Amino acid sequence: MVAKGKIVWVSGPAVKADGMSDAKMYETVSVGSLNLIGEVIRLTGDVAFIQVYESTSGLRPGEPVIGTGSPLSVLLGPGIIGQIYDGIQRPLKELSKKSGSFIGRGVTTTPVDMTKKYKFTPTVKVGDDVQAGNILGTVEETQLIKHSILVPPDHHGGKIASIASDGQYDIETEIATTEKAGTKTQLKMYHRWPVRKPRPYKQRFDPTVPLITGQRVIDTFFPIAKGGTGSIPGAFGTGKTVTLHQIAKWADSQVVVYIGCGERGNEMTEVLVEFPHLKDPHTGRPLMERTVLVANTSNMPVAAREASIYTGVTIAEYYRDMGNHVVLVADSTSRWAEALREMSGRLEEMPAEEGYPSYLASRLAEFYERAGRVRALGSPEREGSVTLVGAVSPSGGDFTEPVTTHTIRFIKTFWALDARLAYSRHYPSINWMNSYSGYLSDIAKWWSANISDEWLPLRNEAYSVLQREDTLKEIVRLLGPEALPEEEKLILEVARMIKIGILQQNSFDNVDTYCSPKKQFKLLKLLVNFYRNAQRALKEGATITDIRAMSVISSMLKARMEIPDDQLDKLDQVEALMNEQFKNIVGVKVTT
Amino acid sequence: MTLQGGIEYSKIAEIKGPLVIVDGVERASYDELVEIETTAGEKRLGKVLEVGNGKAVVQVFEGTTGLSISGTKAKFSGKTMTMPVSAEVLGRVFDGLGRPNDGLPEPIASKFLDINGEPMNPEQREYPRDFIQTGVSVIDGMLTLVRGQKLPIFSGSGMSHNILAAQIARQAAVIGSGEEFAVVFAAIGVQFSEAQYFKRSLEESGALKRSVLFLNLADDPAIERIITPRVALTVAEYLAYDLGMHVLVILTDMTNYAEALREISAAREEVPGRKGYPGYLYTDLSTIYERAGRLLGRKGSVTQMPILSMPADDITHPIPDLTGYITEGQIVLGRDLFRKGIYPPVNVLMSLSRIMKDGVGEGRTRGDHMEIANQMYDGYSRAQEVRALSEIVGKAGLTGVDIKYMDVGDAFEKNFLSQGVDENRSLEETLALEWKTASILPKGELNKVKDKFIDQYYKAN
Ligand SMILES: Nc1ncnc2c1ncn2[C@@H]1O[C@H](COP(=O)(O)OP(=O)(O)O)[C@@H](O)[C@H]1O
Ligand SMILES: [Mg+2]
Repeated sequence: MVAKGKIVWVSGPAVKADGMSDAKMYETVSVGSLNLIGEVIRLTGDVAFIQVYESTSGLRPGEPVIGTGSPLSVLLGPGIIGQIYDGIQRPLKELSKKSGSFIGRGVTTTPVDMTKKYKFTPTVKVGDDVQAGNILGTVEETQLIKHSILVPPDHHGGKIASIASDGQYDIETEIATTEKAGTKTQLKMYHRWPVRKPRPYKQRFDPTVPLITGQRVIDTFFPIAKGGTGSIPGAFGTGKTVTLHQIAKWADSQVVVYIGCGERGNEMTEVLVEFPHLKDPHTGRPLMERTVLVANTSNMPVAAREASIYTGVTIAEYYRDMGNHVVLVADSTSRWAEALREMSGRLEEMPAEEGYPSYLASRLAEFYERAGRVRALGSPEREGSVTLVGAVSPSGGDFTEPVTTHTIRFIKTFWALDARLAYSRHYPSINWMNSYSGYLSDIAKWWSANISDEWLPLRNEAYSVLQREDTLKEIVRLLGPEALPEEEKLILEVARMIKIGILQQNSFDNVDTYCSPKKQFKLLKLLVNFYRNAQRALKEGATITDIRAMSVISSMLKARMEIPDDQLDKLDQVEALMNEQFKNIVGVKVTT
Repeated sequence: MTLQGGIEYSKIAEIKGPLVIVDGVERASYDELVEIETTAGEKRLGKVLEVGNGKAVVQVFEGTTGLSISGTKAKFSGKTMTMPVSAEVLGRVFDGLGRPNDGLPEPIASKFLDINGEPMNPEQREYPRDFIQTGVSVIDGMLTLVRGQKLPIFSGSGMSHNILAAQIARQAAVIGSGEEFAVVFAAIGVQFSEAQYFKRSLEESGALKRSVLFLNLADDPAIERIITPRVALTVAEYLAYDLGMHVLVILTDMTNYAEALREISAAREEVPGRKGYPGYLYTDLSTIYERAGRLLGRKGSVTQMPILSMPADDITHPIPDLTGYITEGQIVLGRDLFRKGIYPPVNVLMSLSRIMKDGVGEGRTRGDHMEIANQMYDGYSRAQEVRALSEIVGKAGLTGVDIKYMDVGDAFEKNFLSQGVDENRSLEETLALEWKTASILPKGELNKVKDKFIDQYYKAN
């Protein structure tokens, strides 16, 4: 029985309907004569409380509400990559064909092109036993993404009774039939999955491999692992969006899901115009061939904003289940939390801190728990991961507000943005004293195996210079730098060089925007060697003035933008020049 | 604007603050326009905020003063509020609800547009890239304004935000006059003299006939302020997308808008967010600011310059805070600079133009534009540190390089930032001033610009 009720009350995105005793919690419903899409979020007697994903302007008591029988779900199959969706997986390109430049209401479209033909290659044969999660065959979704057609995770398994042969099919074609105890099940190239329910997997592992983002302050100082969680809080203008764009562009994952959750329209447009022209540094293909966008901007309906996070993470899990490393960035989780607060307010729930509902923390926990490195269901064996990174926009830039404080409890990498750094145009303005990574020791092995086993000690040495500078800053503020002994003046000098030469990174500079692990390592080593040599030079009688006067310093600081990844031998030349200049100061023996 | 047709009810259950609660309502819809008629026959407009169970909560734009439970009538129009638009609106003055205020008849409408607009499909936006020359060095050089951008001025009481906005409107209009350029000005709860200043400034530059003014003054009804920016933007969108004009919209003062919103929220007894402002203030403001932009396949653009005064000069106050989270940067005026008599008193370090990077550079302005701007930010920020240090240790405790940075700070404020209210500088002049300031430093200090630009533009003083 589908529910058939009538609207009794409307206030913004919230609608109450009576006659809804057949409705289920979280069921999607069609609201009003415009057939707006809504979701049941509370049931009291025969009254359903519905959040509506489209503008309710003009909606009136008495109009019908009809259940659909199923919860809010996404369609999972070939055709998702390269799309831009709204918060409930409606493709914005198709919407514009129907309603023009502005988003109209009551428009129905399918999330992917159901008529497009894909070349399907089966990987099972009649008689094979299959279970949930097994791969039935593959199609080439983009040049980058080989899309595995999966037996849905809630399938009961069985024997393959029929399977399509090599050929071109649209995704509505029944490509396989399974049989179990006499009942046959038809399978297509897609299935649907409810967004609020995490997709199951076989086993979960600790993350051990870094997600290389090409951003030095992240990879070298506060790394995140594939399958890990990270959060980037900051006041407006401190660099949340730019950092997330950088991760979406350069991370070494196979699939990227970018969620614009209650943020600016132009920022989504920027991704749409930029990504097709940018090449994935790992494969050389246009970035759009691995990217999915979910855009529910600030002025789009607030309930769909709440859903957008779930839509995005479900798509991410689906590509994970094929054996991909997927990174999902969400800008901004605070706007999602505000959507939650708005609906909670309309439900007249008892608010906890700052009007947010008491279940804010558990919702955040549930979301970040959907990250992980896993062994997928079914065979063949495959490993995939979902890395989750969320921006947080604390009101007034105050990190003690509820969304920030609760998020911190559920993530392991914390990139604290600092308005003071942003004001002085130190970008990315990630504060190195307040940020941390819980993955450092887990991923150090990767650096040893792939780059150098000196990586961790060098990283720690550089970091200790920054820490010492931080304590010295207090003294400097009171007495001036000249009050310090020479070795401490050196700390200030080297810290300044690390800030300019490594921590700062200009996203809009063609060279600086991406920094390979190898270049990161070489820059790190160059600066630490500078420090070691300078310490020795001081011991042997040189002064800080001699050291500051070294002309190589300027080349060291500009190396990040003047020396591209394919000319790293130039960094060796800079290092040689540095050694030369140290020799000239007091003839010290140099470390290399 | 009198309503034709509609359904009339006369059972008023409650009047509180700006709200009238009408009882026995049968066919009202959410968001629809309502006309309230007082016992004296006076008509006021309002809209439905909530409807159900036979009741409708109506927000009365012109306030509830003088309304009584008995004798008041409410007519429900069956449609949302619209604004009549046509090319004839240019040169006209309207009140805060979009009714003629200049003694002339209502312009003949070629269209009626819903004042709330609809969200632009992000897929249909054209990314803003066209540089608008304002002739103000600090803006053109370091905080470039781009067509379709929303760039607010964050000010404080008594500072020169109106003078700056008017200068920008005048000078940008001059440059753009070859193309179709228009100014839409919305006064939201500001004093008569401030609105008058803008009008005169537009008049003197000859831009008034290309302008549309909406005036809700300090003594006009507060709740009307919810509508003023929306009618203004509806007209701006029409001029931009239907008539292909490049429209600059000035909204002043958005703080008064947010206060009107708070008043309604309080009357509805909603759970407040920070400082009593409703939890949905961010979303609500976005429905105004996100109406800036450009659309694929259409010629015009809507550029917004909202002005807001920061209560107690506090940038973390919810109004500037939530605005900054939505707009594409902010121009922050600094009390210190203002006290020093510097015009425009722009605190560049706290200011930002997010779209500048896309509007400048090779082929748009000049290849070094972004990098020299970055160097100026760096230099001025170092200058501030050194100034603070010299307060403690005196000039004697500073190194030679530190002293150069002090000089950079002084030159920046005196020669680059400061400029006359009618001084219209070319971009060439602005960039030359930047290089002149940067050249106070030794070359080795310029680590934000590539060597090739140093070779080309650096001139040791
Ligand atoms: N890594 C970076 N390189 C260069 N500029 C940056 C960088 N990060 C941030 N910015 C500058 O800061 C501005 C604001 O950054 P953004 O990420 O949009 O901030 P948020 O999302 O925190 O409000 C950008 O428009 C850009 O000018
Ligand atoms: Mg942002």
